[in-house]
Amino acid sequence: MAESFDIIIIGSGPGGYVTAIRAAQLGFKTAVIERAYLGGVCLNWGCIPTKALLRSAEIFHYMQHARNYGLAAENVSYDATAVVKRSRNVSKRLNDGVGFLMKKNKVSVIWGEAAIDAPGKVTVKPASAEAPKGSLGPGAYEAKHIIIATGARPRMLPGLEPDQKLVWTYFEAMVPERMPKSLLVIGSGAIGIEFASFYRSFGAEVTVVEVLPQILPVEDAEIAGLARKAFEKQGIKIFTGATVTRLDKKADSVTATIDDGKGGMQTLTVERVISAVGVTGNVENLGLERLGVKIDRGAIAIDGYGRTNVPGIYAIGDVAGPPMLAHKAEHEGVVCVEAIKGLKPHPLDKLKIPGCTYCAPQIASVGFTEAAAKDKKLDVRVGRFPFVGNGKAIALGEDQGLVKVIFDKVTGQLIGAHMIGVEVTELIQGYVVAMNLETTEEELMHTVFPHPTLSETMGEAVLDAYGRVLNM
Amino acid sequence: MPINILMPALSPTMEKGNLAKWLKKEGDQVKAGDILAEIETDKATMEYEAVDEGVLAKILVPEGAADVAVNAPIAVLAAEGEDVKAAAAGAPAPAAKPGVSGPAAPAPKPAAAPPPSPPQPSPPPAPSPSMPTAQAAPAPAGNGRGRIFASPLARRLAKAAGLDIARIAGTGPRGRIIAHDVEAAKAGGVALRAPPPTAPPAPAAPGIAPVQAPSDEKIRALFEPGSYEVLPHDNMRKIIAQRLVLAKQTIPHFYLTISCTLDKLLSAREDINVTAPKGPDGKPAWKLSVNDFVIKALALALIKVPDANVTWTETAMLKHKHADIGVAVAIPGGLITPVVRKAETKSLMAISAEMKDYAARARARRLKPEEYQGGSSAVSNLGMYGIEEFSAVINPPHATILAVGAGVERAVVRDGKIAVATQMKVTLSTDHRAVDGALGAELLAAFKIYVESPTAMLV
Repeated sequence: MAESFDIIIIGSGPGGYVTAIRAAQLGFKTAVIERAYLGGVCLNWGCIPTKALLRSAEIFHYMQHARNYGLAAENVSYDATAVVKRSRNVSKRLNDGVGFLMKKNKVSVIWGEAAIDAPGKVTVKPASAEAPKGSLGPGAYEAKHIIIATGARPRMLPGLEPDQKLVWTYFEAMVPERMPKSLLVIGSGAIGIEFASFYRSFGAEVTVVEVLPQILPVEDAEIAGLARKAFEKQGIKIFTGATVTRLDKKADSVTATIDDGKGGMQTLTVERVISAVGVTGNVENLGLERLGVKIDRGAIAIDGYGRTNVPGIYAIGDVAGPPMLAHKAEHEGVVCVEAIKGLKPHPLDKLKIPGCTYCAPQIASVGFTEAAAKDKKLDVRVGRFPFVGNGKAIALGEDQGLVKVIFDKVTGQLIGAHMIGVEVTELIQGYVVAMNLETTEEELMHTVFPHPTLSETMGEAVLDAYGRVLNM
Repeated sequence: MPINILMPALSPTMEKGNLAKWLKKEGDQVKAGDILAEIETDKATMEYEAVDEGVLAKILVPEGAADVAVNAPIAVLAAEGEDVKAAAAGAPAPAAKPGVSGPAAPAPKPAAAPPPSPPQPSPPPAPSPSMPTAQAAPAPAGNGRGRIFASPLARRLAKAAGLDIARIAGTGPRGRIIAHDVEAAKAGGVALRAPPPTAPPAPAAPGIAPVQAPSDEKIRALFEPGSYEVLPHDNMRKIIAQRLVLAKQTIPHFYLTISCTLDKLLSAREDINVTAPKGPDGKPAWKLSVNDFVIKALALALIKVPDANVTWTETAMLKHKHADIGVAVAIPGGLITPVVRKAETKSLMAISAEMKDYAARARARRLKPEEYQGGSSAVSNLGMYGIEEFSAVINPPHATILAVGAGVERAVVRDGKIAVATQMKVTLSTDHRAVDGALGAELLAAFKIYVESPTAMLV
């Protein structure tokens, strides 16, 4: 007889494994099915290893500019293999950590490719990747609730298909054998911009092509404009409103044809190309068509509690639609199992999901952009505070940055925050907490920000929205 | 930190009250649950229990002080281990004018327009220059009975929408009220809406100036100085005056009188009362009064004629599902009408026991506001004084009141012969906006059937 669980989660990425832990905490007999690596793309090929790479880039940058701090560092160089190795070790450590967490929470790990035969029934076939110790093997499994958390993979554009050698996706871009001298990045979302920033730090000639009129298209236009200026100052070439129409591959180089969107065609020869034109949900080969699970624009359609149109089948994370962010997946999973438990959670409010890009300078945001707020016909108050007015930023030698806040003029609700500058990815959470607790400008203005910190810019931006800025 | 003891709001509408009596002295140890003081409200004197422990460091509002605003500090409690003297020294200035209201206290305003119903005490006295800092911070939104957990945004949205946040159910963590809940309450419609901050004034006939009562000075001038004593009104007197003026000015009264033959009721009463078990002192354990029958008969009549079991409001008629009968109880210094709830469902014995309890506690001024507020009709019985017939003033929000006279032996004509019967005259005062003449007559006819054939009350 098939082994039976209360909840089976397909996919052990950040969404899947966190959902499994929460389910186990709630007393459900839980299993998670994985076919390749515990922790999914995030831990192994996404968020975490790129942060390790960018940390190397950041330290390299500081060493090159040691003189700015009164220090001397001669003949600064790098070892690309060692940089990559460090990144892989970081991933390995976290990957092991997920295995430990599953064990600790008594979550069974089932190794293989899963397909749903019917609500409540899952068949697992062997996978090519080696199974970790203690995991269950292929076979038939049963569960009252099946949660699909299969994530996403790089999107392919016709004519720009990655070949893993000259045209990379993030998988190859993360483990270069050597640093390319020149690079074309197609797409200026978080992934594209982070790789552009990383490779530029190690000296590559980097060109970014974005089809939309603005780089970092989901960010506030003002912040994206400042980012563009900063990148161009670093020597990154940027084309917006432009498309790569063809790639001509040679032995160790690619010639790209770029339509600049103004009627001009340019050719550019680079050593490598990174295709970062977005990701698409892994909805295939799960048996969803057979079950009649509704799919909308490539994502599984769910309600606020992860429920699909088929009872007993749920979806969370990237496979259930944008924003495709690890922390969104985690929270959706928690809400999903809490709702199954009957705890009556509130659905995840997508306006309160922060987004972070770890280029230099960093970018972080939450809520409405100024343009989106105006599209919604909201009457807004906007406050800004630049890092040049912040003592800590100047002391750090990082005085380029801006904090921008958007309030609903009528209710005083903080509806958006947008930041660019050093360490802003660590700062944004202050605003996220404030938004989640439904504070108004009053509580924020009464919040004490420690001095001297970068976070003071956050208090000042709020004051500025109400004409009370102090240090500008 | 020393704790300021504030004037409590003992009923939802209370805005001020009199400090009738201090039961603790300065320097006394106070435990939670101890009775600190007696507070005189609209119609009742209520005990004020201590919530915190400590030593009563200073009394700010003396015994007998009138019209102390709710939430004004009335005393200071030094908490455990605190210096009592320091706590007393740091006490805020009393927020209400201290001292017993004396004979010189002028009437606040001529009674031009009657105050809105339910009774709303006049606004708190304007702050005098001597107490600019003494005003206690306003209590957080809500009923003052407990902290309300609500997000700042929820509070602001509720305020903007005119919703009382205390009446919104929270769905956030541990029942915290979040913006979503306020939006839901707004979408949910009128049920949750707080009453408008000020009731509109009673409509006055256009072109006719409202009648102005002569000033106190003018009235006093009609009498020889020294030929009278000045007895300041207590709260009950003020409320009676206020409410009866309101009733007579805003309710178009009309009156219906009918005679009821009581013989069957009296014999039934006797039969029932003799069955009462005797207590150890030889007295019967209970004794039904005629009035108990009257209460029950009126309740049943209201259920039988449900269109008369109503309350008038400007926008709609409130048609009550039960008959809640107010019963006027004379007490020293005035009267009060505790309400027998769902009287149609209660046995005569239960009504009798309830009335005994109400009467005793009314005399001691120990009735709680919820025990004398509301109701759809009332009974006022002056039969025990030998009054044969009278008409009563409707006590809003009631639509009717039944004035009950004495049972008197009369010569009546029965089957062409003169016979003796005990008869009782009752007069129904009716709010014509809510209950028209024929409807009132129907109600009274139903009442007469129950009273004349009390066995009908059994079915």
